Amino acid sequence: MTEEALLRISQRWARRLLILAPAALFILLTACSDPQTTIEPASDMTEAIQGVYEIVFWLSMFVFIAIMLLTLWLAVHYREQPGREAIQIHGHQRLEILWTIIPVAIVLIMLVPTWQVIADTTDTPPEDSMVITATGKQWWFEFTYEGLGLPDDEGNPTDLVTANELHLQAGKPVHVLLRADDVIHSFWIPQLAGKVDMVPGHENDLWFTPFEDSVREEAYLGQCVEFCGASHANMRFRVFVHDEEGFNAWLENERSDAVEPTSELGKLGATLFVVRCAECHTVRGTAASIADFGPDLTHVGSRTTIAAGILDNNISNLVDWISNPAEIKPGINPENDVIDKERPLRFMRAFEDEISAEDIQAIAQYLTELK
Amino acid sequence: MATAAGTIAAPTTESVVWSWITTVDHKRIGALYGVTAFIFFLIGGIEALLIRTQLAVPNGNVINAELFNQLFTMHALTMIFLAIMPLGAAFFNYMVPLMIGARDVAFPRLNALSYWIFLFGGLVLVSSFIFGGAPDTGWFAYQPISSSQFSGSGMDFYVIGLMILGISSLAAALNFAVTIINLRAPGMTMMRLPVFIWMTFIVMFLLILALPVLTVALIQMLFDRQFTTSFFLPEGGGDPILWQHLFWVFGHPEVYILILPAMGVVSEVLPTFSRKPLFGYAAIVFAGIAIGFLGWAVWSHHMFTTGLGAVQQAVFSASTMAIGIPTGIKVFNWLATMWGGSIRFTTAMYFAVAFVALFTIGGISGVMHASPPVDQQQQDTYFIVAHIHYVLVGGALFGVFSGLYYWWPKMTGRLLNETLGKWNFWLMFIGMNLAFFPMHFLGVSGMPRRIYTYDSGLGWDFWNLVATVGAFILALGVLFFIINVFKTWQQEPDAGDNPWDAPTLEWATTSPPPEHDFDVIPEVHSREPVWYMRDHNLTTPEPEPGTHIHLPPPSYYPIIIAFGVLLLGLGPLSHLALTALGVPVIIYGIWGWTLEPTE
Repeated sequence: MTEEALLRISQRWARRLLILAPAALFILLTACSDPQTTIEPASDMTEAIQGVYEIVFWLSMFVFIAIMLLTLWLAVHYREQPGREAIQIHGHQRLEILWTIIPVAIVLIMLVPTWQVIADTTDTPPEDSMVITATGKQWWFEFTYEGLGLPDDEGNPTDLVTANELHLQAGKPVHVLLRADDVIHSFWIPQLAGKVDMVPGHENDLWFTPFEDSVREEAYLGQCVEFCGASHANMRFRVFVHDEEGFNAWLENERSDAVEPTSELGKLGATLFVVRCAECHTVRGTAASIADFGPDLTHVGSRTTIAAGILDNNISNLVDWISNPAEIKPGINPENDVIDKERPLRFMRAFEDEISAEDIQAIAQYLTELK
Repeated sequence: MATAAGTIAAPTTESVVWSWITTVDHKRIGALYGVTAFIFFLIGGIEALLIRTQLAVPNGNVINAELFNQLFTMHALTMIFLAIMPLGAAFFNYMVPLMIGARDVAFPRLNALSYWIFLFGGLVLVSSFIFGGAPDTGWFAYQPISSSQFSGSGMDFYVIGLMILGISSLAAALNFAVTIINLRAPGMTMMRLPVFIWMTFIVMFLLILALPVLTVALIQMLFDRQFTTSFFLPEGGGDPILWQHLFWVFGHPEVYILILPAMGVVSEVLPTFSRKPLFGYAAIVFAGIAIGFLGWAVWSHHMFTTGLGAVQQAVFSASTMAIGIPTGIKVFNWLATMWGGSIRFTTAMYFAVAFVALFTIGGISGVMHASPPVDQQQQDTYFIVAHIHYVLVGGALFGVFSGLYYWWPKMTGRLLNETLGKWNFWLMFIGMNLAFFPMHFLGVSGMPRRIYTYDSGLGWDFWNLVATVGAFILALGVLFFIINVFKTWQQEPDAGDNPWDAPTLEWATTSPPPEHDFDVIPEVHSREPVWYMRDHNLTTPEPEPGTHIHLPPPSYYPIIIAFGVLLLGLGPLSHLALTALGVPVIIYGIWGWTLEPTE
């Protein structure tokens, strides 16, 4: 192939790229419709972030398009041609000053709103915030609502513990205290809260207020975004934003003790649960209410997913999970487990070798009835 | 030849293998670096293709979670420490003495030692795959997941491998800093140094200052893992965030260690093929120095989401954005170099122009997440993966390929085939953009990085497939380079001394250069010495008859000491007795090295 032909091809491609650039921009903007999108804010915090992002994005786009076009033009226009002599110059002082000042200006335009939002988001949380402790564990999230549990016998407020699904009230500020039990995790709900890490030994926090119009049936998606081991990809959570009435209804149910199973199979499952599962899991209001390091299952039947947001909550998935969880969530094999004094087990073991398929079925039935 | 008691006589045999093992010639060491690094580069590429294959479709099951985590960790470690860094080393080994008009580096045996330690360190790191699993907690090895409580023996290979590699880089850095300061030809003032030499010079200081920080952190990690100390573990009073500070104080200058040599290459290639001097030489040099300095003040931008607090976020966002200013100055000067030129579009020039465009994209996206609030949405998503690959593939790697096409005739005497070269370029260019541009979209759609699986229905399916296709096209482009090398190797070495009409001193000697580089050390009168000679009708002076050129003899000691260092490292991985064995080997090597005659 001759140089000429190659040049023609590259010019043709250059033109195509020019057409593609706005198309790429369009695609970038349509990313809004994706469920885990980062650019469709539904809270004051993410909206503040979005405000900075848009300034940064359009400035970047401007620089991007300008430099790409300039590079293309220079490459095409100053290509070798008969009779063309290269101009022998070494530099130009005023130009150097100009293209030092332009980036300085761009940086300043980005920096001012950046600092504003930093100041806003690291100030102090609103006083009327609902306080929730989110604890990252390999590989699930525990959520503790401060003081929202049923009062104890002496009338003191207790905390309400749940897992992997967070329920919030639109317009009500939440102050999330971020903790980690084992390794570093990160708490992120792209539409509601920019990520902050959960670091063992550190007390991080963040706060936000879901918009009044952020109420919706489907969940907002959250996911761990700091690499935390084999099943990092399988550490997700869901967030439901209710109106006041909906939130109170959820709270009323969630804080109450577990309901009695109604089916025969479910009753069998309840008995088996106390023997087999109570070592790690709590179901409040039953004999299985001493353990505190597996997810609290008091109302597990009311959750939409199991295994930290990776499986739909139904009997068949529950059976698979109980039978051999490591099959679904790599890394929770007993050989990876850490035995220390306070926590005899971190990882759920496979029960298919220990109990019969019928018994697993019964436990699964019981769990689905724990609405 | 007199031999001191107990030392081995300098090798005299003609055996090819032994001549390479004992060589202290900077050109041969450069070639060893290049070939070794290229093989590691292919290994890192295969790791990348496996990762992309797994992620091509949602819920992929090509490889399991554990292997995936090893692969993404090893892909980063391999590409950073075993491919891009040593490919830069290959160039500066080969080119520094030639470009400054010297016969060799200041410490030729130390140079050989650097290479052998690098080779052994690299083998330690890669061998982890067959000894119980590779490192699997990311190349950044955050604590406490990299502690002995949560990770396997792979992380011991990580600690030992990186410590060994650090010795290699540190020795090389001191060697080349001294070489550039002391061995310049007459008239080669600092402000006449080729920009590639300037960038190398800056990188040497970054290495000298950054590697000790990493080494300290690695020693603490080694102690935490092996001797139950608690530098980074909260239950013992340590702090996992301390590791992050130490790692990124090394890790961010490391990014400039990777990219500055490529910037140097491009600063040579652009003027040569635009047929005019580099625009704004001083601005480019001082921008490089500014980047080198600012590179130390930005490390915490890797930690914006760790709960740093308002003041730290504000300061590190300002310093990080500020680094865009000297970077912008470089880009504008490169573009101005093309302005008014008569540009000859060789493959080397294609790669250099693409470098400017692609690196700029990586630079722009870098400034985007320099804003901590924006980073709260982008950190640890595919947006960052896109960013780093525009910098390190579109930037560093395209710079390396530009340099390969540019200097290949100097190094081998053979021109690479331009048609195959254009195939090589366009496949890599298209593949690279297909693979990495969609990752911006994935990041904006909320796809976290380092996940071995994802569900469908999140809007990530299509772009992941595109990215995988792009990765394979990129790999095909690299294959064309290999074909090109093998094909042109059959030809006669007839490239000539200066096939590109290039301006710098390495083109004033033969291709490939003689072992002593220059028959007569040239005198330098300008920043473009070869053009100066051309324009003033000067010819290279003939050597006076009977002149003896002193060259250092080959030596066994570099590889002996390197082997001792390897034994030191293998101790903590297998049995500490090996470490004990390594000590006398090193002492013997140093003793023999010291007493070895140099004639």
